[in-house]
Amino acid sequence: MYRYDEYDQHLLDERVAQFRDQMRRHLAGELSDDEFRPVRLQNGLYIQRHAPMFRISVPYGHLASRQLRKLAHLARTYDRGYAHFTTRTNVQFNWSPLEAIPDMLAELASVQMHSNQTSGNDIRNITADAFAGVAADEIVDPRPWAEILRQWATYNPEFAYLPRKFKIALNAATEDRVVVRVYDIGLDLKRDADGNVGFRVLVGGGLGRTPILGEEIASFVPWQHLITYCESILRVYNRYGRRDNIWKARIKILVKALGPEEFARQVEAEWAHVKDGPNTLTEAEVQRVAAHFVDPDYETLPARDEVHEAHLAASKPFAAWIKRNVRAHKKPGYASVTLSLKKTGIAPGDISAEQMDLVADWADRFSFGEARMTHEQNVVLADVRLSDLHTLWQLAREAGLATPNIGLLTDIICCPGGDFCALANAKSIPIAQAIQQRFDDLDYLHDIGEIDINISGCMNSCGHHHVGHIGILGVDKSGQEWYQVTIGGTQGNDTALGKVIGPSFARDQMADVVEKLIETYIEYRHEGERFVDTVHRLGIEPFKQRVYGGEQQTQRKVVNA
Amino acid sequence: MPKVIKNGRIVSDDWRILALDEDETPAAAVVPAGHALVPLEVWQAHRADLLDRATRGEVGVWLAGDDDLEAFAADVAPFRIIAVNFPKFTDGRGYSIATLLRTRYGYTGELRAIGDVLRDQFNYLTRSGFDALQPRADRYTDEQLEAAVANISDFTQPYQASATHPQPLFRRVARPGPQQVKS
Repeated sequence: MYRYDEYDQHLLDERVAQFRDQMRRHLAGELSDDEFRPVRLQNGLYIQRHAPMFRISVPYGHLASRQLRKLAHLARTYDRGYAHFTTRTNVQFNWSPLEAIPDMLAELASVQMHSNQTSGNDIRNITADAFAGVAADEIVDPRPWAEILRQWATYNPEFAYLPRKFKIALNAATEDRVVVRVYDIGLDLKRDADGNVGFRVLVGGGLGRTPILGEEIASFVPWQHLITYCESILRVYNRYGRRDNIWKARIKILVKALGPEEFARQVEAEWAHVKDGPNTLTEAEVQRVAAHFVDPDYETLPARDEVHEAHLAASKPFAAWIKRNVRAHKKPGYASVTLSLKKTGIAPGDISAEQMDLVADWADRFSFGEARMTHEQNVVLADVRLSDLHTLWQLAREAGLATPNIGLLTDIICCPGGDFCALANAKSIPIAQAIQQRFDDLDYLHDIGEIDINISGCMNSCGHHHVGHIGILGVDKSGQEWYQVTIGGTQGNDTALGKVIGPSFARDQMADVVEKLIETYIEYRHEGERFVDTVHRLGIEPFKQRVYGGEQQTQRKVVNA
Repeated sequence: MPKVIKNGRIVSDDWRILALDEDETPAAAVVPAGHALVPLEVWQAHRADLLDRATRGEVGVWLAGDDDLEAFAADVAPFRIIAVNFPKFTDGRGYSIATLLRTRYGYTGELRAIGDVLRDQFNYLTRSGFDALQPRADRYTDEQLEAAVANISDFTQPYQASATHPQPLFRRVARPGPQQVKS
C-alpha cells in the first residue's frame, strides 16, 4: 500500500498544526461557529446529536494493521470502544469530545492517517474496488490512480469551497464494484487496443434528493491527462455550479441543466487550455506511485489445498462461510475473505476496538499486514492462503466476524441514522435490526439468495437506498418517522434506481413489509432468479399488491421531491 | 485606515471600494478622486474616462463571482490592481477567477481578495494568486492580524501546481520511491 514520503508527512503535520490552532481559536471565541464550520467539516468534524461526529478517511479503503490498531486505540481512549465503517470507506467515531480532536488527528498522522476532506464542499475521499490488485476481472490496478488523485485533491487551493461536496470513484474491473454511475465523477479504467491505460469519464451521478445516474462525457482520456481532465471538470463546476440553493448545488444539477453534451463541450474548452500543461502526469510519477502497489510476496501454491478440501467436506458451517464470504483470487492457492460486520444485533458497519485489534492481528498473520474496507461496510482480508482459511474462520467466528451472510438479506447497508446523525429524519439501525431478526434462519437466507437491502435515514442517502434491491428511506412527516420503500434498484454494471412502491410505513411495519416482498419473490421467482431480477421481470405491481393488500392509503403518499 | 496584508506584510491602505446602490446604473456612477476600486460594470461604462487613471494605478476594478471573466480578460493589461470579492468566504468562485487571471490571462499586478476574507483561507487564497488580502476592517484586532500573517504559509510544499507553484510537487522535487521510504 502507499507509504508516505517526507513530503506527504510534512503536509499532514502542517494540517494537524493548522487545525489545532483553529480549534484553539474557536474555543477562545475568535473563530465563530459559522467561520469554524467549513474548516471543521474539511477535517471530518460534525456537530451531532450527542457529541461531535468525527469521520476519518481511509483512502480507497486500504488499512495497514498498525492503522487498525491506532483506530482501536482511539476508540478506547477517546470514544466508547467502537467505530462505524461507512459506505464510502470512512471510519466514524460518534462520541469523541470536541477538544480531543486535534490530539486524535496527531495520533492518526503518526500512522499516515487523517480526516482530510471527509466532509465539506470539497473533493472527498476517493473510493476504488475493495478487491483491487487481487480480482481476476481487473483490467488495471486502480490504486495508483486513486492515490495520484488523492494527492491532487488534498489541500487543493482552488477546489476547497465548491458549491457542494464532490465525490470521485474509480472502477477498474469488468464488474463494477464501486457503483461508478452514482458519483460526481466516475472513472472507468480501460485499455485501448494497444494496451495503453485511459479513463472513461462519467459525470453528474449522485443519489441524495435528486438521484441521477452519471453520463459519459469522454470515452477514453489517456492516463497522462487524468488530472488536467478532472481539473477542467472541477473548474467548470466551481465557476458555474449553483450556489443559491443547497439542493440544486451538486454537479449533477449543472450537468442536467446544461445537458451532458453542452457540459462536455465546456469541459473540453477548458481542457484545451490546461491539457499538456504542468499537471500532465509523467511516466516517472506514475511509476513511483505504482511501485507502492506491487504484489506482495506470494508463495507458489497449488490451486487446490487438500487440507482445506477436507475441512470443507467435514464442516457445513465452514462450507457455508466459504461459499458466501470467500472469493476467488488471481493467485493459485489464495483467496480473499470478507469479514462480516453485519451480525444480527450489531448495528451494520459497527466494529469494536477488540475486533479491530483482532483483524489487525489476522492481517499480519494471514494477509501481508493489510485489510480493506468495502463500500458494503464489511472488511476484507485480500490475500489469505487456502490452507489458512479454516483457522481464520475459527478465529473470526469466536470474534463474531464470521456471519456467513455476504450478499444475503442480512448484509444490510445502513447509515447511522437518527440514533446518531443530526441530519437524519428517522432512525435506520432499528429497522436493520428488526429485519435481521425476522430473517434469522440461515437456510431461509440462503434460499432467498443474493439481495441488497439499503437503508438511509434521510435524503442524503448515505445508505445508498436508491440502488438497493430493496431501498428504505427514512422520512419525516409532521415530526414522525416514516419509511418509504423502493424496489428494483441495482448497483454494479446495470446500476439502476429503485421505484417507490407506494405510501410510506411506520417503523414497526417494516419487517412485515420486507417479509411480504420476499414472499412475493419466492412465489413468483423463476429458477436462478434473484429478487431484483424478478422485480425487473414483473414490475413492482405484484409486490405492491401483496404489501398493501388493496388497502392503500393514498393520503400517506410521500413525494420523493 | 483599513489594513491589508500585501506580500506577507501588513500595510495601511487608502483604496475605496465602490459599490453600486441597488437603483444606481453603472453609467450614472461617480468614481471619486483618489484610489478607487470599481465594479466591473462601472469600469465597462466609464472605460474611456478611467483608462488613464487605471494605467497610473489610481483606479482598479473589482470582480464578482458571476462577472464575465472571459470578456474582461483582454482588458487586464492596464491594471495595476484588480480585486475579487468574496461575498461569503464559502463562495469559492474567487479561487478559480484568481487562478485564471494569474495562469491564463497574464495578469501580474496586485490581486486583492476583498469581502469575507478570513485567515483560515489565507494559504489557499495566496496559492490561487492573491498577493493582497483584505479582511473586513472590523474582523481582526491588530494583534490577531499580526498572528494571521503566519497562516499564509500553512502549507509550505503543497501537492498542486498553482499560481505560486507553477509545477506540481511531482515535477518540483525528486520524490523518493517506496524503497527509500521508511514506514
